[in-house]
Amino acid sequence: MAAPMGQPRVRLPTGVKAGDVVEIRTLISHPMETGQRRDNAGNVIPRDIIKTFVATFDGQEVFRMDSHPAISANPYIAFFFRAEKSGTFEFTWINEQGTKVSTKSELKVA
Amino acid sequence: MTRLPPIRRRAALVGASGAILALSLAPKPASASLQPATEAAIKKAIGERAMTEGRVTLRLPPIAENGNTVPLTVSVESPMTAADHVKAVHVFADGNPTPDVATFHFTPALGRAEASTRIRLGRTQDVIAVAEMSNGAVFVGRQEVKVTIGGCGG
Repeated sequence: MAAPMGQPRVRLPTGVKAGDVVEIRTLISHPMETGQRRDNAGNVIPRDIIKTFVATFDGQEVFRMDSHPAISANPYIAFFFRAEKSGTFEFTWINEQGTKVSTKSELKVA
Repeated sequence: MTRLPPIRRRAALVGASGAILALSLAPKPASASLQPATEAAIKKAIGERAMTEGRVTLRLPPIAENGNTVPLTVSVESPMTAADHVKAVHVFADGNPTPDVATFHFTPALGRAEASTRIRLGRTQDVIAVAEMSNGAVFVGRQEVKVTIGGCGG
């Protein structure tokens, strides 16, 4: 059984001016089970990972990451974005079963 | 008799040890040999294209006490315009049971080709980043991490 998709947390910078290149930081709680560990009874704990992270800005995909089991538990993902105008980010995490969790954040550009 | 004065011998020794030190400190070329699984994973990502060293910077701690969560930042020199940008960066861990780590897909809207995450490293090894540019060129960077406690098994 796949672990529940945890609560995502996103930090957008404030006081952004048009043309600034800003860092977007995201975090989600998830075990990122590698499929190589065994439980106390010696049974392999099945692999269960978040496979894909997608960031869109006003509906346009701007960044995507494909993950493998070598990504640590509770994946932290950060990237940069050139802020030209205010708009809405949507961040989506998808596990290998296709279960998604999304969150939206407003980027305010002065 | 052509006995060398002691001072010359000492100088020669110092010189030799300096050379050895310089060799051991020099960064490993990105083309240094890789595990077959890593070679295969890179080929799967970029095909038969030739890789050029440079433009890719991997930032990792030189020594990771806990291989379960090693901070990684990869950045690529690029103007990130519609005409000239980084399309993707593939990250591989040469000493892990499976070398694939992650692929970052970039777009010109980002303004900078840089991303960070945290990775698992099973043992001391090299991490490799392969960047695909919009014109099809491929660049590669490499960084060694010494791992005290591995982060792949139980």
